[in-house]
Amino acid sequence: MKPILEVSDLNKSFGAVTAAADINVTIHENEMVAVIGSNGAGKTTFVNMVTGYLKPTSGRIQFCGKDIAGRAPREISRSGICRSFQVAQLFPEMTILEHMMLAFAALQVGLKNYFYPLHSQAAETRALEVLGDFGIAGHANARVGALAQGVRKLLDIAIAMVSRPQLLLLDEPTSGVAIEEKFALMETVMGGVRQTKAAVMFIEHDMEIVSQYARRVIAFYEGRIIANGPTKEVLAHAQVREFIIGEIQEAAIVASKHD
Amino acid sequence: MSFLLSILIDGLIYASWLFIVSAGLTLIYGVMRVLNMAHGSFYAIGAYTAASLVGWYFNHDELPAFGSFAVMALGAIAVGFVAGLVTERGVLRFLRGRDEVVMVLVTFGLLLVYEDLIKFIWGVQSYYASQPYSLLGSTDIGEINFVNYDLAMIGVAGVVAAVLWWSLNRTRQGKLLRAVINDRENAVALGINVNRLFMATFAIGAGLGALAGGLSAPAIAVNPGLGVEVIVLAFAVVVTGGLGSVEGALIGAVLIGLARAAAVNLWPEAELFVIYGVMACVLAFRPRGLFVLDSARKI
Amino acid sequence: MRAFDKTPLAIVVATTLLLVGFFVFPAWLSLMVVTIIAKALVVVGVVVLMRSGLVSFGQGLYYCIGGYAVSLGEQVLQITDIFVLLALAMAAGLVAGSILGLLMSRYREIFFAMFSLALSMILYGILSRTQSLGSTDGLNIVQPTLFGIKLATQQAKLLIYFTTCVLAALVTYAVHRYIRSPLGYASMAVRDNEIRVEYLGLAPKKVFYSNYVIASVVAALGGAITALNYGHVQPDMAYWSQSGEFIFIALMGGTSHVAAAFLGSAVFETIRTYALELAPDAWRVILGGVLIAIICFLPKGLWSLTQFGKRSGSSDWDRVVDEKDST
Repeated sequence: MKPILEVSDLNKSFGAVTAAADINVTIHENEMVAVIGSNGAGKTTFVNMVTGYLKPTSGRIQFCGKDIAGRAPREISRSGICRSFQVAQLFPEMTILEHMMLAFAALQVGLKNYFYPLHSQAAETRALEVLGDFGIAGHANARVGALAQGVRKLLDIAIAMVSRPQLLLLDEPTSGVAIEEKFALMETVMGGVRQTKAAVMFIEHDMEIVSQYARRVIAFYEGRIIANGPTKEVLAHAQVREFIIGEIQEAAIVASKHD
Repeated sequence: MSFLLSILIDGLIYASWLFIVSAGLTLIYGVMRVLNMAHGSFYAIGAYTAASLVGWYFNHDELPAFGSFAVMALGAIAVGFVAGLVTERGVLRFLRGRDEVVMVLVTFGLLLVYEDLIKFIWGVQSYYASQPYSLLGSTDIGEINFVNYDLAMIGVAGVVAAVLWWSLNRTRQGKLLRAVINDRENAVALGINVNRLFMATFAIGAGLGALAGGLSAPAIAVNPGLGVEVIVLAFAVVVTGGLGSVEGALIGAVLIGLARAAAVNLWPEAELFVIYGVMACVLAFRPRGLFVLDSARKI
Repeated sequence: MRAFDKTPLAIVVATTLLLVGFFVFPAWLSLMVVTIIAKALVVVGVVVLMRSGLVSFGQGLYYCIGGYAVSLGEQVLQITDIFVLLALAMAAGLVAGSILGLLMSRYREIFFAMFSLALSMILYGILSRTQSLGSTDGLNIVQPTLFGIKLATQQAKLLIYFTTCVLAALVTYAVHRYIRSPLGYASMAVRDNEIRVEYLGLAPKKVFYSNYVIASVVAALGGAITALNYGHVQPDMAYWSQSGEFIFIALMGGTSHVAAAFLGSAVFETIRTYALELAPDAWRVILGGVLIAIICFLPKGLWSLTQFGKRSGSSDWDRVVDEKDST
């Protein structure tokens, strides 16, 4: 398999705090990779650097042979890496359909965007197609302010799929929804994503979902990668069990006690 | 040399006045995140109150002339304090947590309302309260004659700055205020009584605005429209210095005061231009002004 | 199902009625219609900016530039043709807006409001102290001509009136299209979530920039029409309270449709005319009270009353705050 994303010796510090240290990651075509780690381990920082929201302190990020470290998010999006967000980032005033059509319009350039209506039959058809892949075409005319969390997350990912990216980064696709809905949601997400041949890297806390959907797992701990390999091996890794899975379970227990 | 000195002193006098006007404005913004346009009204209310009090005071010949300073200043502060209290309790407390720009618009509405209320109370004629102005005499510095009342403004501004610094840094209430200014979310989470704090801050800020008006009343003709003129100057100062920062207001006032004094003496046509020119230059290079408060993280 | 867009038809009908109206209206009313439209044009720009979340406290800058461009065009360049003068004013607005827009598109929220205020006060400061530009007295404007033909006073009034109505119709249609275009939606999007827009592959700065330039050009046009209508310009056009008035009208009308600016302007001018006659001392109390009441109780402006029963939503501004709290 051909490597598409190659990250080498990536570092990020905020003042005296090191958020990422010596990150080396390679992602190949069509791969399904999970990223695990407790809160504050540097997972989102990593995604933010790859997608251009944060500028790395040092290191290289190569995507399809081009250096993209420090580029603006819009350039990176246009070059084929798209992302979703831990908390779905949407526009509360707009309908689902308008979100999708805006995402499509964002791909075209020129004066057309200033004068022709956003709404058109062609744009609507394309938008509904993608929404259909994610099973939310039925809500197309609802404003997102009124939507359930699961639908928002799906829309957030559907928007990222509009430009048919080669690499999709999903930041906790199942967070914010009830435990019993997590699998169904992930199933829908993967169903939608499989329509294209994008490689997927997703951040996830639920180990059952990780073992079901990922072929490879990258484990973050305190800004470093402590394990990187086939899912079974990483999940069985002693340090991973102690530092990450243990902590996550503890956190879950604490959280359930608070409820 | 003496020319430069006179620009310097002129600038400091103007800066002192600017600082007293802006201190309350920036304090209110820091604590409440309300950039209060009605601050101009508090200034005007202070000026009218002082003018009326001075007029009344000098009609009573038996009173010692120097007492007029105290009557003027305390009267202005008291009326401003009450006006601030009424404004906060009557309107602003219902609009807490609204967008900052929305609050500018709301207080713009208040400014308009106050404009007419002031006219209703004091009429449209000009008030002159110049007696205290000449009371202190004047001093020659270099070749220029300065009115001592103006020079005293530098001292008053120093006292205001010192009192503000002391109360923000050395008193319990002040430390609470600083906690709110520096980290709002945390301060609220710690259970600080925001309601009372906001009320007090707004009233004190308004009192300061009125004090500025009261102190300048003897030196000017008190006219309708005073508040509208003053508030943009105060905006220039606090935005230059960095919204919400008292130190910033001080630096901003000095910068703008000196720049204006230089313009008045060297290039009089540029007097107004230079005030907003300084503000625009600072914003162009430091988009949030000189002293920046922390703002919340986006994602 | 997409609804049929009734706006172009409404524009044609309204413009035709206004054009016919000139022959029926008393002189003062024709004058007032031009005033209303001229201000509404500036407000259209304020609305375009507001839709992307920016409140300009300095739109008077371009209003004033437009007005002075007409006056200086006459005096310095010896131009008297109405269309050339209006084109000159719009060009001046375009140039100034394109240059300052590079700077202003970096600012948001209260900093944008304050910076725009500073810029307009700078112009005010320059104009009110420059003898050759008439200082605080301003400049006079002679009656315009049409294709080199000198006109009688009544003809010139007709010309200004008709030109204003037709230009306003064109601007309204163009801005209406713009608001419904991808850029128009992107404006709404950058107000709510700039980062997301960036990840869509769009540059938020470009969105702000084009809104700023559009607002500058229409404001200059409004200023030019005002100048021709009154035959006079003065630095007060750039004073901050003038810009405050534009914001006021924008809030009163609402920002959900371009025509709301005209509704707001008409209501504003009507209230002002009557309030100044009936209760001259309470005019600002009314104004201030209405402003606060609209912000509190009718955050989408008077326009939302015409949409009664179609769509309802919470306040634009409230929602932003709620959204932050719930996440």
